[in-house]
Amino acid sequence: MSAVHPEVLPRDSHNARLMAYVRPHEWPRPAPIPRYNLVVIGAGAAGLISAAAVAGLGGKVALIERHLLGGDCLNVGCVPSKMLIRSSRVYADYKNAERFGARGPGEVEVDFALVMERMRRLRARVGQHDSAERFRDLGVDVFFGDAQFSAPDAVVVDGVTLRFRKALIATGARATAPDIPGLAEAGYLTNETVFNLTKRPRRLLVIGGGPLGCELAQAFCRLGSEVAIVQNEPNFLPQEERDASQLLAMAFGRDGMHVHLNSQIERVERSEKGKAVHIVSDEKHITLFTDEILAGAGRAPSVQGLNLEAAEVAYDDTKGVHVDDHLRTSNPRVYAAGDVCLSARFTHTAEASAQIAVQNALFHGRKKFSDLTIPWCTYTDPEIAHVGLYVRQAIEQGIPVRTFTIPMSDVDRAITDGEDEGFVKIHVRGGTDEIIGATIVARHAGEMINEISLAMVAKIGLKTLAKVIHSYPTQAEAIRRAADAYNKTRLTPRLKRLSTRWLAWTR
Amino acid sequence: MSLAGEQVLEPLQRDCFDYFVAQASPVNGLIPDSTSKDSNASIATTGFGLAAYAVGVSRGYMTRAAAVECTLKTLRFFADSVQGEAPDATGHKGFYYHFLDMQTGRRVVPCELSVIDSSLLIAGMLTAATFFDADVSGEREIRALADALYRRADWIWALAGRKTVAMGWKPECGFLNYSWDGYSEAIIVYVLGLGSPTYPLPEACYQARTATYQWENLYGFEYLHAGPLFIHQFSHLWIDFRGIQDAFMRGMDSDYFENSRRAVYVQREYAMRNTCGFRGYHEKCFGLSAGDGPGGHTHRVDGVEHRFSGYAARGVPYGPDDGTLAPWAVVGALPFAPEIVLPVVEHLREAFPGAGLEIFKSSFNPSFLDETPRGWVPDVFYGLELGPIVLMVENYRSEFLWSLMRRCPYLVSGLRQAGFEGGWL
Repeated sequence: MSAVHPEVLPRDSHNARLMAYVRPHEWPRPAPIPRYNLVVIGAGAAGLISAAAVAGLGGKVALIERHLLGGDCLNVGCVPSKMLIRSSRVYADYKNAERFGARGPGEVEVDFALVMERMRRLRARVGQHDSAERFRDLGVDVFFGDAQFSAPDAVVVDGVTLRFRKALIATGARATAPDIPGLAEAGYLTNETVFNLTKRPRRLLVIGGGPLGCELAQAFCRLGSEVAIVQNEPNFLPQEERDASQLLAMAFGRDGMHVHLNSQIERVERSEKGKAVHIVSDEKHITLFTDEILAGAGRAPSVQGLNLEAAEVAYDDTKGVHVDDHLRTSNPRVYAAGDVCLSARFTHTAEASAQIAVQNALFHGRKKFSDLTIPWCTYTDPEIAHVGLYVRQAIEQGIPVRTFTIPMSDVDRAITDGEDEGFVKIHVRGGTDEIIGATIVARHAGEMINEISLAMVAKIGLKTLAKVIHSYPTQAEAIRRAADAYNKTRLTPRLKRLSTRWLAWTR
Repeated sequence: MSLAGEQVLEPLQRDCFDYFVAQASPVNGLIPDSTSKDSNASIATTGFGLAAYAVGVSRGYMTRAAAVECTLKTLRFFADSVQGEAPDATGHKGFYYHFLDMQTGRRVVPCELSVIDSSLLIAGMLTAATFFDADVSGEREIRALADALYRRADWIWALAGRKTVAMGWKPECGFLNYSWDGYSEAIIVYVLGLGSPTYPLPEACYQARTATYQWENLYGFEYLHAGPLFIHQFSHLWIDFRGIQDAFMRGMDSDYFENSRRAVYVQREYAMRNTCGFRGYHEKCFGLSAGDGPGGHTHRVDGVEHRFSGYAARGVPYGPDDGTLAPWAVVGALPFAPEIVLPVVEHLREAFPGAGLEIFKSSFNPSFLDETPRGWVPDVFYGLELGPIVLMVENYRSEFLWSLMRRCPYLVSGLRQAGFEGGWL
């Protein structure tokens, strides 16, 4: 059974260009070879990188996509959302121009159509990196259509059987419909349809306070929609540490969003005032009226329609394809990567897992997914980025933790830029300078976290990090400041006494 | 005592103490949340009042007989009050609703059955039971009532089947989603719950509570971070944490008293940095905590637009911070860091000579308009702010409550069950 994908709208020149790249209208079906080194099912982030890697190494690889090359990330995920976020930041900066010493232009009217037109134009530009032609030129046989396993070593696409030495399932995940009475009848947007909008909803209600919900809620608010966000837990981004979640809630309040934490949606119905969303928080029942609803929560792995039974690949609808730490499925010929098998659903995780899967599948590698150091970032303003362990996870594992915190308000460049909200928190193993994790809340946290990831992968401790000269003034200097704070703790009272004596003696 | 001590602390303590006598209901002993004309009773404030009566007797502010009378009135009310699932009961399972009607003593709908506020009330009850130790009928009754009321609290029920204690319950929706996880003012909840002879919390829940502790180095101080100052104080009103350590503090070679001391220094550091550019902040004028504020306004302060909040839990360093300072919470921090708190007392006395003691009894916001020389000041005083002044000034002056409560077997047992060792324990 093939899942129905919403059409990419509107049908303008930008989307036509995008489609020409990622779903060309008349794509000649390649003639299959007798056996491929790798058949990749799904051409999202994981599928594309693995196909390109194998082709680059001289292997024969087939890439099968049922919808659009580039997957969610390019078409309905990271790429278009960051474009909206960028525009929304401009409007937010307009609004706060005086904070930056600039005379505000007065009341600025948001040109939503222009924002979306820019998004479509740039998405199409990015789309050329994922184009069918480019991959064909790399040596990849690109097939469009629904893939179904017909045997443990064969896949059928569009009536053609592709035999493989190894296969990689990289079909990703899709938005799921929240189980809310009346929601389907009232109609709602997901990440698969929200970027089709050409007219700004006057009122938008966002369901879910996870990364997607938070990012788009804030973006639409800054683009002029009256936004309410309903989260069923006490905090936004509940996996993040409390200070980060609280800073985000304060930022949302400042932006003028209507924040409903710890609230459940009971039902939705159509009414004269718009879509009526009935929510309950403890015993308080209220009704919010909105023009559009964005379901920002709920993703399910795309495992349906693949006939995984024929391939003897174990799976379930919640966790997706079952894999071991080497990303191998229950069929030793078949591996999986990305959202279809992982709980960490990020583009960079999908890519990293695909690289491991390819090495393990084709080169007898023994790489483990659990060895990866994977940062992630929610691109709100401020951004919230994390890598490694949270303190609670470290304590659960019996690891003593010390945290070195630098508020961004102590960082010169954050002050000069008027971006002094947030913090850098670096967690080290007690009694050592080994970095075991970090959380950064800052306007550019997503950029800053990479330095911590590098340090963790290269096993560089805070002691060494303190020696790394950082350009002044930069916001990343906060990381060096945290390392300095660690170094100061090494100055024991005895050392202090000795140094004082020495300096007195040599004065 | 220093000049500030002589000229401010003694009259301030007495002035705040008077609230708990003058405002207490002559019918049921309940004490209002605030001096607002229509204020409901707050069970936490009533708990502070019960502890304040013991302080009052020891200070000669009231006679022992009067204190016995006030205390008995309160305890008898709670012993006879309606318990159960009815939405207008006074409590349920030995816990009580956050706010009660001053006259009837019934729940003010829709407030929650509050575990922390009940714990502050029960701590006050146990203070009375420990202080009134004479073998006379009134004091025997106090001991018996307080003991029965403590034993009535079903802490296992309050756990709600979770790893950590639920924050509250409502008859309309059951337990609230929030639990007392991590570092907070709720150590007293766990100590009382673990020490219960009738419905003791399992020891594992204390470990579960500390599992989300985060030991941070901030502004050069290593401590368990919490933004608002009151969090570092409320459990310390009764418990002398000096030198006693649970497993976490043993691992960090610290204790909760030292932790609160560092928290006060962090507050001062924050004010010295004054990152938001509010008026009045400096090394002798600091202290963000929960409390009243100017309300939902937005206006400019020295060219920068700020949003001002009403009643909110303000904290450092991540806010919210709207320029509202809480001198009451700074006075409440006296026992931890008198060397930096007394200069604040001196400064405020000198900077606002017309304000008298009022400047210390609540919050003020020097950045919000120029309504008074202090900027914004609240219309009312809150018992939740006056209580810590009475009790912590006393602990600073004589360690009275700390010494007293070391003799409370339930508290001692609860501390031991939580894994506290060392020091006086």
